[in-house]
Amino acid sequence: MRKTGLVFFPAFDWAIAPDHPEREERLLYTQDQVFEEGLLDFDNIVEFKPKIAKEEDVKRVHICVPDVSSVVTESHMISAGGAITAAEKVLSGEVDNAFALVRPPGHHAMRVVHGARGFCNINIEAIMIEYIRRHYGHKRIAIVDTDCHHGDGTQDIYWHDPDTLFISMHQDGRTLYPGSGFVDEFGGPNALGTTINIPLPPRTSDEGFLYVLDHVVLPILDEFQPDLIINSAGQDNHYTDPITNMRFSAHGYALLNDKLCPDIAVLEGGYSIEHALPYVNVGIILAMAGFDYSDIREPDYDPEALRQSAEITAYIETLAEAIYRKWQDRKNIKDVGRIVNGYIKRRKRIYYDTDGIVEFQEESVRVCDSCGGLVLIESRADTGYHIYAICVPGRSCAACRAEGEYIFESTPKFKYNYVYFQDREKDVFLVK
Amino acid sequence: MILGIDVGGTHTDAALLEDFEVKKKVKVKTNQEDILSSLLEATSSIFASLDPKRLRRIVLSTTISTNAIVQNKIRRVGLIIARGPGIPPSLLPFPEDTYLLSAYMNHRGFEVVPLDEKEVEEAVSRFIEAGIEHLGVVGKFCTRNPAHELAIAKLIGGRFKHVSLGHKLSGRLNFRRRIATTYLNAAISSLYRRFALAVMNFVRDLGVSAPVYILKADGGTIGIEESIQFPCQTILSGPAASIMGVLALSRGNSDAIALDIGGTTTDIAVFADGVPLLEGFGVKIGGLKTLIRGLRTRSIGAGGDSRIKWQDGKIAIGPEREGDAAALGGPYPTPTDAMVWLGLIKIGDRDKAGAAIYTLAREAGLSVDEMARKMLDTTLEKICEAVKEFVNEINNEPVYTIHELLEGRKIRPTNLYLVGGPSEGLAEPLGKMLGCTPHLLPHAEVANAIGAALARTTTELTLLADTEKRTLTIAEEGETMYIPPRTKIDDIITLGKERLKERAKRMGAKEDELEIEVLEEQEFNMVRGFDTIGKNIRVKLQIKPGLIAGYNSEKGIR
Ligand SMILES: [Zn+2]
Ligand SMILES: [Zn+2]
Repeated sequence: MRKTGLVFFPAFDWAIAPDHPEREERLLYTQDQVFEEGLLDFDNIVEFKPKIAKEEDVKRVHICVPDVSSVVTESHMISAGGAITAAEKVLSGEVDNAFALVRPPGHHAMRVVHGARGFCNINIEAIMIEYIRRHYGHKRIAIVDTDCHHGDGTQDIYWHDPDTLFISMHQDGRTLYPGSGFVDEFGGPNALGTTINIPLPPRTSDEGFLYVLDHVVLPILDEFQPDLIINSAGQDNHYTDPITNMRFSAHGYALLNDKLCPDIAVLEGGYSIEHALPYVNVGIILAMAGFDYSDIREPDYDPEALRQSAEITAYIETLAEAIYRKWQDRKNIKDVGRIVNGYIKRRKRIYYDTDGIVEFQEESVRVCDSCGGLVLIESRADTGYHIYAICVPGRSCAACRAEGEYIFESTPKFKYNYVYFQDREKDVFLVK
Repeated sequence: MILGIDVGGTHTDAALLEDFEVKKKVKVKTNQEDILSSLLEATSSIFASLDPKRLRRIVLSTTISTNAIVQNKIRRVGLIIARGPGIPPSLLPFPEDTYLLSAYMNHRGFEVVPLDEKEVEEAVSRFIEAGIEHLGVVGKFCTRNPAHELAIAKLIGGRFKHVSLGHKLSGRLNFRRRIATTYLNAAISSLYRRFALAVMNFVRDLGVSAPVYILKADGGTIGIEESIQFPCQTILSGPAASIMGVLALSRGNSDAIALDIGGTTTDIAVFADGVPLLEGFGVKIGGLKTLIRGLRTRSIGAGGDSRIKWQDGKIAIGPEREGDAAALGGPYPTPTDAMVWLGLIKIGDRDKAGAAIYTLAREAGLSVDEMARKMLDTTLEKICEAVKEFVNEINNEPVYTIHELLEGRKIRPTNLYLVGGPSEGLAEPLGKMLGCTPHLLPHAEVANAIGAALARTTTELTLLADTEKRTLTIAEEGETMYIPPRTKIDDIITLGKERLKERAKRMGAKEDELEIEVLEEQEFNMVRGFDTIGKNIRVKLQIKPGLIAGYNSEKGIR
């Protein structure tokens, strides 16, 4: 048995829109099932009230344009605060692990935030992780994203961070939003191999998910040796989810959680609110608390009907082998991109589907052997904002910091609406 | 005239009131073996000079149910359980005498697996063979759809002495607690029934025709005849009587703390705007968490007679009580002795108190005065700390809406009410430490009897309207009815209020005490795909704990 903290915040009075999947009703039946099962009565399951995240917690991770209060509502600050509360309970030793069963989600929110995309405004896991590092000292952290959608926001935030391993298993981007998360997305030049993507074919069932867990995720975690494992516990791989095409079951989710054994799990997506979420969430809580979850089963569960095809099995086996081999080979990768004046540049066009915003971004990273590297971002959105951001990484080297400080000072303000300076190491955020 | 009687663990108190004035108070020792004789003893002097026709009501609070459970004087119970998927049987309470059915309902009250009558018959014959006479039937989500429980009850017919159905005992969700509650209800049903009938006879023999009520754990009353179906609700009625007593004897509607400082324990209760708080799900008794509505109390093992030791250079209080305070001839020093020595209260023999304190003072290398101070301070701190922790816990209860999280009401006590022997010496310093105005209450020695006498009938009702299914379920009534698709939350509240009134009257309430409170009102759009298919409306109503009509909180009790 383990002592498990539960931060449950269903935000019964908040929705993106009345008929949006991210609506008041989303965790209603989950609450019913959790309450009816009496999970909160066990001595080793303790419920905590979420705290409310502060602006400084958001600024440690994001460049919000024009500012934090313009892109978040109270609901986002509570959701992020809930994740922080879960982390605090674990790191203080009050509980062994914790589950932040909160909404709205966050894994599509990237470093620069012009608005909402994929139902997400701010990245609640990243805010939690940087809060942990700020208050509990530096940690090697692994994020395993088991949401059906590629966690492109989290990937973007940690793309250049060699101390944060981001693994996402999701439905192949050729068949689902956000259309990214391919095997060749493997981390920035200073952090090769700390981004791992496992794009699974539609109709993958328990067997396939658990296969990549056993053959890719767990072996890589074993080698990375993180201090903490975070699970972005999206639940939209479920076979009844209305916006995806996978065949994962509640029992499969519980088993995955049990094998992964995350220190902190944070709810992400999952929109089969009546037929999946009640069972998946009870399964995850039981697994985290170390209880028997063998009786977790959806009323309509039929393993035969959900079985994945032999082609899918074969495809996944090949895929898993390729990804694992790429990981093992990561130190021999030579071609990291074109270096110009010590920087490598990438250009991105980011679509904010929830808010209908288009952003063009040019991101340069300073090639550096001693740290994640200084990141410079020029971003322009069709909202009219044109900004420049200088981001000094956590545990930055002196050279990257000095260069960052110099660039901030010498960047002319008139060219942009705002120039931001974000220093994760010193927890400084400046705007001009 | 109203008669309140509290049959407590040590004493039985009776108080006769007329127009909210205490006319007579009696206190006798309780005979635990024969509670009726204690009743007789406590009331005989009252009835000696009272025309029984003048009595308007009698309310009784009794330890009978609590004792039966705590002392394990309960009957063997067979449980028929429809559990569905979820937590495994190994995590359910009561592995013995339990029969698990394959039938179940889901969270929306849809039948997933229908009832197999053969299974029920098998359970019945197994229990009959084992000589079991009392039965509990509990389904997961039966409050969402009681059909299985009702069908099982029908199949069982009259083959058992008693059958308790889960959905009748509470409308709240918590399957494990529902099992425990149903089990307890069935386990004490015969014992309680006998008691209730005996009380009814006793009262009738006295020539009283006024209604008789029993005090419940939630500080409300229930007609004695109705209570026979719900014996589990009569547990912990003593502590409830004490809190209702404080409510009657104090004045005003503030946030307040009530302390009942006894010999062995100190019981803490909290009032919000003058209303005692209830437990979120239900009370805990005999190690079991239940769905029994009850006042929210916290008990700590420190009272006036708790033994004080000097341990590791520190004072240690309780939790054991080894007899009276030394001042009253007891064997060891106690908080009471410290108060006697310091002149805060005047009871017993001050020299004996001093001699007992001296044994500790010598050990600690302190003077008797210094030690007495230390003993008092430690007692105060212990109580204070428990009160603060309790209030803090209440204020940090999880909430599920942004509105509640941001605007949530916090309890900030301004008044402190004290009853119990040692309270006189502790009131002033405790008040100071807690930032509250302390009040010692009049008639405190019979506060429980007064609390029982004046408590109103309470009850609650849980309604769930699902306009897609076009059904309304009233959980506690075991009712499912048709509703039109356009039903609105106001319609449900209106209907609920009517039904709650009917229920309260059935439980013994009078028309003028039907003060209804809406505990919960939630309305969710049910969206599937891109269509709104209906509304899920959740309403919870109650008649909250309080005092009967006519009581004026400005005037209080004379
Ligand atoms: Zn998703
Ligand atoms: Zn560097």
